[in-house]
Parts: sequence; C-alpha cells; structure tokens
Amino acid sequence: MIARIVFAAGAALLLIAAAAPTARAERMIVSVSNHRVTVTPNYSGEELVLFGSVEKDASTPASRTAYDLVVTVSGPRADMVTRRKERRFGIWINTDYRQFLQVPGYLALFANRPFDAIASPEVTRRQQLGLNNVLLTQRVGPDYADVVPNDAFRSAFVRLQTQHGLYREDTTAVTFLTPTLFRTGIPLPAQVPIGTYQVEIKLFSGGALVTRTESAFEIDKVGFEQFVATNARQNGFVYGLVTAAMALMTGWMASIVFRKD
Amino acid sequence: MQLYLPIADIPVNIFLILAMGAAVGFVSGMFGIGGGFLMTPLLIFVGIAPAVAVASVASHIAASSFSGAISYWRRRAIDPALALVLLVGGTIGTALGVSTFTLLRSLGQLDLTIALSYVVLLTSVGAAMFYEGLRAYLRARRGVKVPARRSGSHGWIHGLPLKMRFKRSKIYLSVIPIVVVGIVIGFLGAVMGIGGGFILVPIMIYLLRVPTSTVIGTSMVLTLVTMTFATLLHAVTNHLVDAVLALILMIGGVTGAQFGARAGQKIRGEQLRLLLGLLILAVGIRFAVELVIRPEDLFTIRQTGVTE
Repeated sequence: MIARIVFAAGAALLLIAAAAPTARAERMIVSVSNHRVTVTPNYSGEELVLFGSVEKDASTPASRTAYDLVVTVSGPRADMVTRRKERRFGIWINTDYRQFLQVPGYLALFANRPFDAIASPEVTRRQQLGLNNVLLTQRVGPDYADVVPNDAFRSAFVRLQTQHGLYREDTTAVTFLTPTLFRTGIPLPAQVPIGTYQVEIKLFSGGALVTRTESAFEIDKVGFEQFVATNARQNGFVYGLVTAAMALMTGWMASIVFRKD
Repeated sequence: MQLYLPIADIPVNIFLILAMGAAVGFVSGMFGIGGGFLMTPLLIFVGIAPAVAVASVASHIAASSFSGAISYWRRRAIDPALALVLLVGGTIGTALGVSTFTLLRSLGQLDLTIALSYVVLLTSVGAAMFYEGLRAYLRARRGVKVPARRSGSHGWIHGLPLKMRFKRSKIYLSVIPIVVVGIVIGFLGAVMGIGGGFILVPIMIYLLRVPTSTVIGTSMVLTLVTMTFATLLHAVTNHLVDAVLALILMIGGVTGAQFGARAGQKIRGEQLRLLLGLLILAVGIRFAVELVIRPEDLFTIRQTGVTE
C-alpha cells in the first residue's frame, strides 16, 4: 500500500516535471505493434514489437549522444506458492514453502546492454533493473518482504518461471536502429496469463535515468477452450453436470453402437 | 494434431491421448475392469497434473462403466437391492474422498498422497493377484482339480446384525459390511481417480460371497454412481475436471474396450488374472521408483489466487 502511494506520488512528480518545459530534455514516443493480442486454441506463441524514438529538444545537452534503454513488461499479478521437496523416510516429499504475493505472471526485462553497464548497482537496484532486482514480495512469517536475490526460494521461483518462458531477461533485445530510434521484441509464449500487461520504458544516459514512459497491451484468450476454462471456474456446478451428462451420453452411445445382438 | 487442454493447461497431441484411452479401454475390456488405475497414472506420466488427472478420469470411468452397466442390466446380471445398499456407502465415501482431496491439495501434499496410495494399493493388490494367478496357473498345468470355493465357513461377517435378503444374488447378508465396502471404494475412487473395480470385485466374491453371476454388473453400478458423483464434486470444489481431456479419453476408451472384451474371451481365466496382477504390480512399482529417486527439480510453483 505504502509502495503504491510512493509510486503514485512519484508518478505525480513526473507529471509535474513533464509539464515544466525546461525540466526535461528528452521525450520518448513508443508504441507496441498490437494493443490487443487474442490467443486462439492453436496459438503457439507470438512476438509483439515495441518501437519508439527519443525526441530531443533545444535544452538537451549537446554532449548527450549515447542512450541506454530498459523495457520492463509485467503481466497480471497473482499469488504463487513455491514448495521445496526434501528426502524424508527415503522418499521425496514437499516440506517447506514460501508464498509470493502479487507477483507478475509474466515478467520480461529487456535492455540494449548489460544492466551493470547501464548504471551503478545502486541505480539498478532502485530502478529494479534485472530479474535479480525486481521486487518479488514474499510472506516470511508475519512479515512481507523481498529477500536477497540468491535466496533459495526466490531463485527457484525465477528459474522455474524462466523455464516456462514466463520470466525473461535479455540484455541484447533492445536495438537502436539510429541513435534515437529503437525497437525490441516481446515474446509471448502459449501459456501467458490473460489480462493487462504494463510496459515501462526507461531511458538512461551516463548511468542516470533521463526519462520514462509507459504503454500497455491486453492479452485475451478466445475460442472453445477458453470458454470451457471460464465456465469450469465460474459455474462449477453446471460444468460438472454437463461433464457428467456427457460421460453418460458417451457410455450410452457406445452401448448402442457396439450392441451385440 | 496439437490440442490445448483448457483445465490441464498444457497442449497435448490428440492422437496420443486417444491412443492412451484406447489402450486402457482394451485392457479394461479384456479384464472386465474400469481401468482408472491405469489411466490416471498414464496421464500423470505424460505430464498432466495429478489433481487434474484424478478429477478428469472420474468422468471417463463414469462413461465406460455406464456402457458396461447397460449391457449387464440387459442380461439381468445386476442385483438392484445390493447395488442400492452399496451406493449408500459409495456416496458417503465419495463426498469424504473429495473433501480429503481438497484439504490435501491446500496442504501441498496431494501429489504425494496420490503416489503413495498407488504404491500401497497397487503393489499389494497386484502382488496378491499375481501370486493367486500363478498358483492357479501352475495347478491347472499340473492338472490338479481345485476344490469348490463356496464352503459353509462364512466367518464373522455373517454374525453381524441388520441382515437383508438379496434376491437376485441369492444371499442373506448384513448391510453393515456392504455399506463399509461402499464407503471405502467411494473414498479411494475420489482421491485416486480409480473406479475401484479391481478391489471391489475380489472383496465381493471372497468376503461378501456374492455369486459371480451378479458381481461385475453390480460393482459397475457402484462405480458408475460414485464416479459420476465424484465428477460433479470435483467440478464444484476444485474446478479440476478437464472436459476436453475426458471426452477424448472416453471415445478412445469405449472403443478400445470392445476389442479388449473379444480378446479377453480367448484367454484362460487364470492367465488373465496372472497378467492383470503383473500389470497392476508394474504400475505400483513405477510410482514407488518415482518417489525414491531424486526429482529433477526440488521446487514447484502453484498459483494460489488471482486478485487484481
């Protein structure tokens, strides 16, 4: 909650800053290739393209030529549990677990070069650059906190999500076509969760944040499978009845088709 | 052809699932069993979450036992009174089973419980069946006559109160053991995704002395009702029944069963039991190995709630 307020305050400050004409020397104009991705049953992954340009104005210092860019894409948030197996009585069973609160179901961090080359460790941590620096809140007993990046549960969580293609980090994905024109691909595998995806683009120069902007896109699943999944979750009773009736129908039809007289 | 399973949340090859359904159907037709104890493990082995496998197989078994029950009904090989008493226990057992399933899932111990139950149940039943089948097979080869099983020694079961007469089966029996058997089968069925025929039939023959003429038909009625009920309860409480998966399994299963039944008629009874015992034992051992060897990944993730 506090983070939200701080964030909101930060956003407000940014707005004020943006409104003041001389305070900001650069402006970014970005767009994603598609603002609404529909995932059909035979969808096997797709790549969105984000492109944009850095607009300089008269107040831009002449010395500022090279820019660095970090794109963060975060999908809808949900609570997750990570469990760890241990050997007990000769067999492997789930023993310990950690709950991750409101973590993104999809998270991608793209940059034009390694994060530690873009900014100092202090800045990368504060700006949450890289999977190691993104805030993933855990419930540790009565407290809510993010832990050190090499925490066993945190790294296992990030690793598993990465294996599923849901978390990714690529420090070569952003390419500058000209010194001010950039593009990056956003790969979306088949198992992406549906919902709103926030895209945050941060522009760095000389190790400091110059400006930031946001965009968003929507992922929507359509088709029979999604219809089934939605109904299974929302109308469990009717869904159960229909499935049971379908089973009985199939059994009955089989007894007619294969009747031996 | 790839097909996306909406609840299992993974893409599968439709022909693979269809073939699995047909293979299990063949085996189940051959041995006169539901085949849940094979179907659920197979689904788990191809990567479907155990919870989804258990819940979806319930509806698959409902379909196959319904077509079986219809043909047994036509042959008057079902004892309605006995089925009704079994069902009293069966529905209670199923409800208990589904709530246990839900509880274990929230504790993160469901997969382990399913695997352990399979190990215990399948290795013991499989070993007993294999041993029994082997003895009968050897005896038949040596040409020794087997003494008739139905002797007068009825044991403690027949000393229980609340006796009832079951006309079609021609037995006079207390309802208590029947209800208890129903509860046990219903419970195991809901937790493990099995119809329970392979345990129920021996229990009914050896313990309750139900004649072979009505035993399979009557046990199929119990399986049919408990599995239909389990489908409904799993859908309402856990939202884990994958209807698309279930439908493919059913179609494969009922077709395979017809060919299996024909093949089964060509094999001798004791050989059949020997084979079935071996098969059950093998699945049990497969689960045991899975538990003992170090898993590829010690960590697992599960989404617990979406709040936006």
